[in-house]
Amino acid sequence: MSSSKNKHSQALLAKLAAASSSWGIRSVAFLVCIALLQIAGDFDLINQYYLHILTIIGMNIILVASLNLVNGYLGEFALGHAGFMAVGAYAAAVIATKVGPPGAMTFVLALIGATLAAALIGYLIGLITFKTVGDYLAIVTLGFNMIIVNAIQNMDYLGGPRGFGGIPKTTSLIIVALCLVITYTILRNLVFSGHGRRWISIRENVIAAELMGINIYKAKNMAFTIAAAFAGLAGGLWAQYQQFITPKSFDYIKTTDLLVMLYLGGTGSLSGSILGVVFYMILMEILRNVLAMIDPRLAELRMLISPLILVIVMLTRQSGLLGNREWRWLKPRKEDSTDEYSS
Amino acid sequence: MNTVLKVDNITKSFGGLMAVKNFSLELPEREIHGIIGPNGAGKTTVFNLITGVYHPDNGHILLGEKEVSSLPADVISRSGIARTFQNIRLFSQMTVLDNIKVALGHRTNYRLWDVMLGLNRFRRQEKVIAKEAMDYLGFFGLADRHNQVAGSLAYGEQRRLEIARALATDPKVLLLDEPAAGMNPREVESLIQFIRNIYNDFHLAILIIEHQMPVIMDLCTHVEVMDFGQTIATGEPEKVTADPLVIRAYLGEEEVEA
Repeated sequence: MSSSKNKHSQALLAKLAAASSSWGIRSVAFLVCIALLQIAGDFDLINQYYLHILTIIGMNIILVASLNLVNGYLGEFALGHAGFMAVGAYAAAVIATKVGPPGAMTFVLALIGATLAAALIGYLIGLITFKTVGDYLAIVTLGFNMIIVNAIQNMDYLGGPRGFGGIPKTTSLIIVALCLVITYTILRNLVFSGHGRRWISIRENVIAAELMGINIYKAKNMAFTIAAAFAGLAGGLWAQYQQFITPKSFDYIKTTDLLVMLYLGGTGSLSGSILGVVFYMILMEILRNVLAMIDPRLAELRMLISPLILVIVMLTRQSGLLGNREWRWLKPRKEDSTDEYSS
Repeated sequence: MNTVLKVDNITKSFGGLMAVKNFSLELPEREIHGIIGPNGAGKTTVFNLITGVYHPDNGHILLGEKEVSSLPADVISRSGIARTFQNIRLFSQMTVLDNIKVALGHRTNYRLWDVMLGLNRFRRQEKVIAKEAMDYLGFFGLADRHNQVAGSLAYGEQRRLEIARALATDPKVLLLDEPAAGMNPREVESLIQFIRNIYNDFHLAILIIEHQMPVIMDLCTHVEVMDFGQTIATGEPEKVTADPLVIRAYLGEEEVEA
């Protein structure tokens, strides 16, 4: 009697242990932590400045991880990611200010609109872009980034070069964290699925991949569209966080920033995107504060030091800080894969 | 016997160079044929034409009744032609298991939404192909390597994995491009047995390009000899290798080791 009860409770314990290591539980735990931080901030227990940095980090992780699909997993060198962010930011700005009354519904609608608009533009650009590979693809995507920014600059409806203001501030740290969790849940499912394997196989050997029956053009375009969609989501968050956006903030310099964080962390790994962004952003902030403390005139020196660090990392660790390794908690759970076979 | 692969009078030139000229072959179901010839004779180009890496300037390639000569390579692969490469082309950074899973892509039909939301259909099918991939690895003696990165395998294991991966696409015709390249006589011996096992256990026809004559002599019922993009002799291996024209063009005195 008691032994069966014991067994039962043991099984229950095992289940609980499994559940606590599951993605869902971890996501909720993460969100609770962020919510506590946010509440602490509301009560002035934490400097708002730190929460601001965390918010920017969150948005940048979404951007870098989505860029990783194309530049890391697919192995193409695309240079236009900020363009899709711009599409999302402006789509969200228009929806938030001109479509609905300010409120949660409009906010969600703006984010969905931003994601879909960027996905659509990404899909159309991808149709043209993936007629080319290598250096040509880099130039074509760079060109599209410029086209998007210049087009917005010349649209009076969107404020032109003066920018678009008056967007309600509806994004907060916890919202960004929620979007980050959603992004990572989807990306993790994708990269460990047949789609992800297809992208990696194209990177590894395009001829062999094609002879495995993979439609290269379609697979590439799918990765590109999904990457653009998440860049659009980040853009939508950005617009509703900053309340004021200008076309210039989405030009190739922003793209370059994202590339730096991506290659710093390591391509082809979702963990690398997190590490790269966190490392780079915190480093920049520390440099800013330390240098300003020494002499305010030195603050801009960080713009020199951080690229230097990138050069050093690339010279000593070409695969980035993490290489293409993945943190254990980001990998699929054992029962999802075949590790039952490993002895 | 039904013909599963018929190559009819194909020609391919690169600029001024005629790589393949009026080449034909017929591969019946359940047979192993060979293509031999000196380096640069156009053998690999024939494979590239059959698999759609290149498209012929003239002529036809029929898989069963289906004309495939103008189809893209991925469509040809899904129609049932698989191959390996002279210089191994694995997905080196992927695990051994994932290499096979890529080839098993045709087994899954989950939608993008199933994947994004982690729905049941996606999870179930992933489990099925994981098991199937392990079965392939088991057959090829690579099961205990499944979690290793493919690029870290020994040379012979890489060759086996490449063949396993080709078979996982469920082909009707398997093209092997110099499977014995770089192997010593002992390894060649086990490779021959290995190909024979594949032939017995999978329902397919095999076409082999090979320089190592024992492979051709032991396995093939029929051989095409190529030189300068053309067939110079065709027939049973014993007869063909006795053909003076072939000996002059290709085998040479020191090469006759069979």
